Amino acid sequence: MTSPVLLEVKGLKTWFLSKEQPFKAVDGIDFSIQQGETFALLGESGCGKSISALSLLRLNPYPASKIVAGEINLNGLDLLKLSEAEMESVRGRRVAMIFQEPQSSLNPVLTIGQQIGETLRWHFKLSPQEIQQRSLKLLDSVGIPDPIRRLKEYPHQMSGGMKQRVMIAMALAGEPELLIADEPTTALDVTIQAQILDLLKQIQRDTGMAILLITHDLGVAAQMADHIAVMYAGQIVEQADRQSFFANPQHPYAKKLFEALPSEQKRDQRLTVIKGNVPPLNQTFIGCRFADRCDLAWDHCHQHEPSWIATNERGVRCHLYDPTVTASAENLLKPSHASHLSDVVPSQIHALDIRGLKVHFPIRKGILQRQVGQVKAVDGVNLTLHNAETLALVGESGCGKTTVGKGILQLVEVTAGEVRFQGKVLNRLSQRQLKPYRGQLQIIFQDPFSSMNPRMTIEQVIDEAISASKFRKEPAAKTKYIDSLLERVGLRADIRHRYPHEFSGGQRQRICIARALATEPEVIVCDEPTSALDVSVQAQILNLLRDIQHEFGLSFLFITHNIGVVDYLAHRVAVMYLGRIVEQGTRQQVLDAPKHPYTQALLAAVPDLNKQELQVAVRGELPSPANPPAGCHFHQRCQHVMPICHENYPPLTVLENGHQVNCFLYEENEYGSTNTN
Amino acid sequence: MPFLPVFLWTDILIFILLAVITAGIFYLRSKPHLRAPWVMVMQRKRGVISVIILLSYVTIGFLDSLHFRVALASADNNQQHYSTEVLSVLDWMVSPIRTQVEKTYSAPLATRLFVKEMQVVKGGQLEYSHPRLEYAAQHLTSETEKWADVRNIVLKSTFASITFIVLLIALYIVYRKLRYQHALLTELKRLMHGQSDYPVRTFYLMIFLLVWISVTLVMLSQYYHVFGTDKVGQSVLYQALKSVRTGLAIGTLTTLIMLPLAIFLGISAGYFRGWIDDVIQYIYTTLNSIPGVLLIAAAVLMLQVYMNTNPDHFATIAERADMRLLFLCLILGVTSWTGLCRILRGETLKLREAEYVLAARSLGASNFSILHRHILPNLMHIVLITVVLDFSGLVLAEAVLSYVGVGVDPSMISWGNMINSARLEMAREPVVWWSLTAAFISMFILVLAANLFADVVRDAFDPRMQGAR
Repeated sequence: MTSPVLLEVKGLKTWFLSKEQPFKAVDGIDFSIQQGETFALLGESGCGKSISALSLLRLNPYPASKIVAGEINLNGLDLLKLSEAEMESVRGRRVAMIFQEPQSSLNPVLTIGQQIGETLRWHFKLSPQEIQQRSLKLLDSVGIPDPIRRLKEYPHQMSGGMKQRVMIAMALAGEPELLIADEPTTALDVTIQAQILDLLKQIQRDTGMAILLITHDLGVAAQMADHIAVMYAGQIVEQADRQSFFANPQHPYAKKLFEALPSEQKRDQRLTVIKGNVPPLNQTFIGCRFADRCDLAWDHCHQHEPSWIATNERGVRCHLYDPTVTASAENLLKPSHASHLSDVVPSQIHALDIRGLKVHFPIRKGILQRQVGQVKAVDGVNLTLHNAETLALVGESGCGKTTVGKGILQLVEVTAGEVRFQGKVLNRLSQRQLKPYRGQLQIIFQDPFSSMNPRMTIEQVIDEAISASKFRKEPAAKTKYIDSLLERVGLRADIRHRYPHEFSGGQRQRICIARALATEPEVIVCDEPTSALDVSVQAQILNLLRDIQHEFGLSFLFITHNIGVVDYLAHRVAVMYLGRIVEQGTRQQVLDAPKHPYTQALLAAVPDLNKQELQVAVRGELPSPANPPAGCHFHQRCQHVMPICHENYPPLTVLENGHQVNCFLYEENEYGSTNTN
Repeated sequence: MPFLPVFLWTDILIFILLAVITAGIFYLRSKPHLRAPWVMVMQRKRGVISVIILLSYVTIGFLDSLHFRVALASADNNQQHYSTEVLSVLDWMVSPIRTQVEKTYSAPLATRLFVKEMQVVKGGQLEYSHPRLEYAAQHLTSETEKWADVRNIVLKSTFASITFIVLLIALYIVYRKLRYQHALLTELKRLMHGQSDYPVRTFYLMIFLLVWISVTLVMLSQYYHVFGTDKVGQSVLYQALKSVRTGLAIGTLTTLIMLPLAIFLGISAGYFRGWIDDVIQYIYTTLNSIPGVLLIAAAVLMLQVYMNTNPDHFATIAERADMRLLFLCLILGVTSWTGLCRILRGETLKLREAEYVLAARSLGASNFSILHRHILPNLMHIVLITVVLDFSGLVLAEAVLSYVGVGVDPSMISWGNMINSARLEMAREPVVWWSLTAAFISMFILVLAANLFADVVRDAFDPRMQGAR
């Protein structure tokens, strides 16, 4: 099955030139894409994936960067030799691109119709009627319901998934031969991600267009790609077709990426971490770029740059596979170690009890700011967190997970219900009465870049926590305590006088953990602490969180949308949908035998490395919490919807072993089970 | 004591301001993240140019703020009397041009008066002509030598300035050689090729220009009225120099009054929300909708009435004029805090939801500590940019207000008053142009430098630019 080659890239180099060493973002990559196939470029952030893609269309930042060498052949046309005017007939027409952030890729002051029409006008000579018709057809082909109305709408009237569909429609308008998709689903929820990926596949089937998919997500690559290239530090280090890559990744970096993924099978181990960071690219490399982080590296790796070793249909850039280099035998025999980690056994004592928690935000309108409605961000949540337990709160973005976390910490005003901690109802205490409990409940935020004041040194950041908690006042003891905290989270104590911007995302997240630990808390709310981090760094943070739970007997409320992380870390799982918990139980109960249709859909949408077929189990998107649907909130998207679902919200049904679910399918009433499926 | 120091209200405030700025500079030097944007300012050519110009203006203004009264020679030994005239160090330094007052107008570098007069010539007859100036060009034997003499003086001053700058560069190179053990030649090359992180060549060029202009002015003003004289025969150069302090005082003291209001109210409104926000918003919207000039005129006229009814509260004319200047700063401050307040409120609204503020709240930090440790430091760059931008606007506002007649006291020399008097001069035939030109040039250079400085500061504090660093 070899179709003719559509795009061939040879020795492409894009450098950011500066007075000193150039920053070699892309440093000699070769690959080719065949017609109608999906080629995935995989790698962590900072490896040069996006710059590679931009360079293909010569859209790399100018004048900061420059394509210094290489050849880009699109069906025999060398794109690097074209003039800027000739490039315009290639961009959008022959090669189109979609970006990560649909929010910022659409112009907020133009209607969808105008934006699609504009693209059509650039590339084809069409009458207004024809443009209207083609636009409608395009919107229809990307699965947007009611396209006539949508053409007149503005981007802000659409959800994220819809906007990404519009972006795809605009990309398709030029009928391109190649679509470059730069992390097209990273900003979207798993359920929407599944829909968009499915759409891309379907379009590819219909039009025979090739796709260059840029992603950091192994799962997405597994489901979409025919060929996979792994990028590291500006170079492609491994290239193979999907089957052979996922069956047997060869390059140590690719192997490590797989090992660093959290999953259920790895629960009793520490996750493999890749030590260090991607090296800065403004240096002259002597040896292998991965050598410093590689467990298998030996002297030869540090001294000689590995060459590209191609063996039938796949290639790898590693000395281990070079027949002319004899690897020292000990390296090959080195087992991929995994230290055993005993599971934390939660006690039965309740650390935190949440009953009927409601957080409503008023919607105000008019001159007098009259309240016209409310956003029911959290609408009656019951949760119990045991001592030394990890409770995962799972759900799509916008379902109110984060607000639950903030409500527990009294960072937002709680409308109703109670948060009971150490026998006190926290939301009924005054600010003054609350103060002694503040330090015992801590939070770790998602974005390590905004969770520290950029104008305070690390010492001041942690010191703030210590001073607020009235512990350890004398300076010598305080310094010692800060040192011990920093060392506990795996940082050197001498970073105390540096500023947050000097650290990488993973390091900052460690500092945030140190700050949370400084007050000796009992409960830590982890609000998506790893979702802004790369896989290898995520593994480091997850390991650290498990370690400190062991050591201090902490209870975690772990808010996340990443099912892999839940599987690895959680004891119990609560699934949230539109401000309410729809299913709750132990990890095995919820993840292995989900009962609620929403949980089932959510789990099915998660890209799995093993099942390489895509499943779209749920249509549509999360309704607005300002105006939740009557009856069961999920009924519009549910496959098992029954008449009663339209009218009443399902009551809590307790299944075996405390597995709780809110669904009429499982309700026991006087007529027996209504479960008709 | 041969003199009595006089501390006018604005002097005291200016000293406090300078002390605060000096302390601020020392504080900044110890904090790398705070120092970084300033280093960036100084690494830009425009930054260096504007800082040098601003510093020279500040020096003039500062010298003009050190006031004293000269002791009068008196027969009575028991009591020392002081002159009612308040002088400044600047006045004392430029005494010759201050005291050498002609009869009336004379053009720049002129040897004769601008107007014709009846005068007695040698022969005893009367003649209606331009009389010779009393203090200008007295050393010349013939008026025809004037231009040759001026050229001579300029050449001399140029030579002196070049010698000075060459010596300065030599000293700098020798210093670097001793400090870093480099060869002389490499240091020289480094300077010539501009290999330093800082624009050293621009710096020396600016220093040269500054020295050249001041030396030339000093040497020329020994014998001539460089910018001419005004209606009462006072040197226009002297007036231009004296105006600097007035302009700077208005520009800086107003911000001093405006800042606490804007920062305190803006942050309170943004952070506490609710009724506090409503009240503060109401105040500044109301204040904003009243024309500023109206408020200023009303306030200044009120003060004028007070001063007229209580003349005994002011020992000297200078004190009266100073009181009016202070009041003008005050009222300008009260009318101009709303813009900054609005910006700060918006920014605080954003910052109070920042995760590090939430983290601080979850740690149990008090409102006060959040405000002063997290919110205020992260607003300072906005405050700074606004202050620098507002400065030039205020200097221009003074000129406009004085022109309208509600500005500083008529006895106080200011650019506004100079322009105001030039209104009549422009109507004369032939036109008396030098007064207006001098005011225009000196104000233009200051405002341009301030604007350039504001530009560079804004670039340096732009988070996007910081990312690129």
